[in-house]
Amino acid sequence: MVALVIRRSIQSVVVMLVVALLAFTLFRYVGDPVAMMVGQDTSLVERAALREKLGLNDPVPLQFARFVVNTAQGQFGISYQIGRPVAELLVERMPATLELSLVAALFALFIGIPMGVYTALNPKKWLSTVFLTISLIGISLPTFLIGILLILLFGVVLGWLPTFGRGEVVQLGWWTTGFLTASGWKSLLMPAFTLGMFQLTLIMRLVRSEMLEVLLTDYIKFARARGLSNRAVNFGHALKNTLVPVITITGLQLGSIIAFAIITETVFQWPGMGLLFIQAISLVDIPIMSAYLVLIAMFFVVINLIVDILYHVVDPRLRVDVRGAQG
Amino acid sequence: MCVAPRGNAVRHAQRVLDSLHRFFDGDIWYSFKQSRVTVTAAVVTAVLVLSALFAPLISLQDPFDPAALDLMDAFTPPVWAADGSWEFPLGTDNQGRDLYSAILYGSRLSLLIGFASVVFALTIGVGLGLVAGYLGGAVDAVIMRIADVQISFPGILIALLIDGVARAVLPNERHDELVVYVLILAIGLSQWVQFARTVRGSTMVERNKEYVLAARVIGVSRPRIMLRHILPNVMGPVLVIATVSLAVAILTEATLSFLGVGVPPTQPSLGTLIRIGQDFLFSGEWWIVIFPGATLAVLVLAANLLGDWLRDAFNPKLR
Repeated sequence: MVALVIRRSIQSVVVMLVVALLAFTLFRYVGDPVAMMVGQDTSLVERAALREKLGLNDPVPLQFARFVVNTAQGQFGISYQIGRPVAELLVERMPATLELSLVAALFALFIGIPMGVYTALNPKKWLSTVFLTISLIGISLPTFLIGILLILLFGVVLGWLPTFGRGEVVQLGWWTTGFLTASGWKSLLMPAFTLGMFQLTLIMRLVRSEMLEVLLTDYIKFARARGLSNRAVNFGHALKNTLVPVITITGLQLGSIIAFAIITETVFQWPGMGLLFIQAISLVDIPIMSAYLVLIAMFFVVINLIVDILYHVVDPRLRVDVRGAQG
Repeated sequence: MCVAPRGNAVRHAQRVLDSLHRFFDGDIWYSFKQSRVTVTAAVVTAVLVLSALFAPLISLQDPFDPAALDLMDAFTPPVWAADGSWEFPLGTDNQGRDLYSAILYGSRLSLLIGFASVVFALTIGVGLGLVAGYLGGAVDAVIMRIADVQISFPGILIALLIDGVARAVLPNERHDELVVYVLILAIGLSQWVQFARTVRGSTMVERNKEYVLAARVIGVSRPRIMLRHILPNVMGPVLVIATVSLAVAILTEATLSFLGVGVPPTQPSLGTLIRIGQDFLFSGEWWIVIFPGATLAVLVLAANLLGDWLRDAFNPKLR
């Protein structure tokens, strides 16, 4: 177990270093950082001074080392377009993205799992067919189209929900939250639904296929033979074993939710990190691009690491050889 | 190669006919005919692909040609609305572009980018998979580690990133003409992993079979063994992945264009049209979004259904 944790941690560090190298290359070699930062009328002397101050004349490995150290401390440089430290911008935008992703993930889990269980237990009922059709549509309709259709229906035609922004937010220290106001919740509904829809269909299909498989196993038959109630068999025995892969996949999907938030945030003009990143790409604002890259990679690497380790904790079959060795 | 003798050509044609016969008598064709949903999906896909292919013949104007557009025609509603006209059956966008023609040309662009990026991903993925599976050892380890890292990130993020870098590297004024290639590169590179993993798996099984051993004994070179002997035997699952990848690729292109980092509005793809339309939702011009959106959804749904069916048809366990 300890060996596994160490091995996986080393792997994660290597991945992060590779990502950092990518981000560094992007920052250092795409365009001239000095030309991007100064105005047209800056003299050559001033430019040379800035170049020296930024350390761009040092050997490249040294520059990379400095980049890694700075990044690890959360210093991502200054945005070319906005002219403020990137770290500050990210911190400002992060609560919006995280709140949206959290609500979307909970929505996907708490609707997706029951839907999956229902379709597995009652495959012949008409409601199952409805659920499966919804899931197929959910997979085929692009996220942004779902968002636009929602805006058209609830925003334009019915006029019930706001179509952009976060509504009123409350400041809690450095964190801004939309959870405490009615308009915040109203603004959150459509984006969270849009973002959660794809994950919901994924979770539902996964739960369904896992559950169908588990229901065919011998211990379920045995449980029925013992005369246990349907409820005890279905939920006490079958669902419990279904949830192991579901937990893993959901964990891994958490990262994709944050990534897919880019699209949702663009549709609803949600002031999160994704919107910042998209704007940075179209304006070639490289410090923001590379910072976002590093941050997202870190999310993914940490989540993958935790899921991998959890998997070994939850699934005893993966520990067999270790226990065998211990005696 | 030299010109094949006549007899050879006839024999070749005969062989093709034979395999066609076998195909139509076989269970794959049978299972295809049995599934009404699949037949519908295939017909829909065929219609969409053909109309995209022959867009210049069946469209009413060339939507990519600024001279053909008249701003006075902008925001004409579809023909059944009060002030619609047969000149623009599905209405026009903000530039006075006929939406019906724009959708035809747009799906042409979407399909082109989709197909090309799948072919690109397939070539890289199958190539690396073959090499990794056949050679094993350090080469295998390196390729598969890269694949492991890449697969833990969603494809759209990778494509977005490659697109963003290309945007930064290329000079601004050349970006519009190169954008199609950039998109093919970005989407293709975001999808090779699945091909590589599958092909590597089947190659490792095939490698130890007797026909490969026989080929090695008579001194066939490694590249030839991989391409002529192993490749044909690992292509089955690759076709299934390719169909599903096509749906994903079309979606990715549409998403990138919608986000404003894909095809520019001067030559709109389906995603770009939807992006244009989103700005006019609130003023009531719903048709600019709805028609391209519906086309995109139907296209992707059909490709997904075909992929689902192919996966089942090629899976001997389910037969």
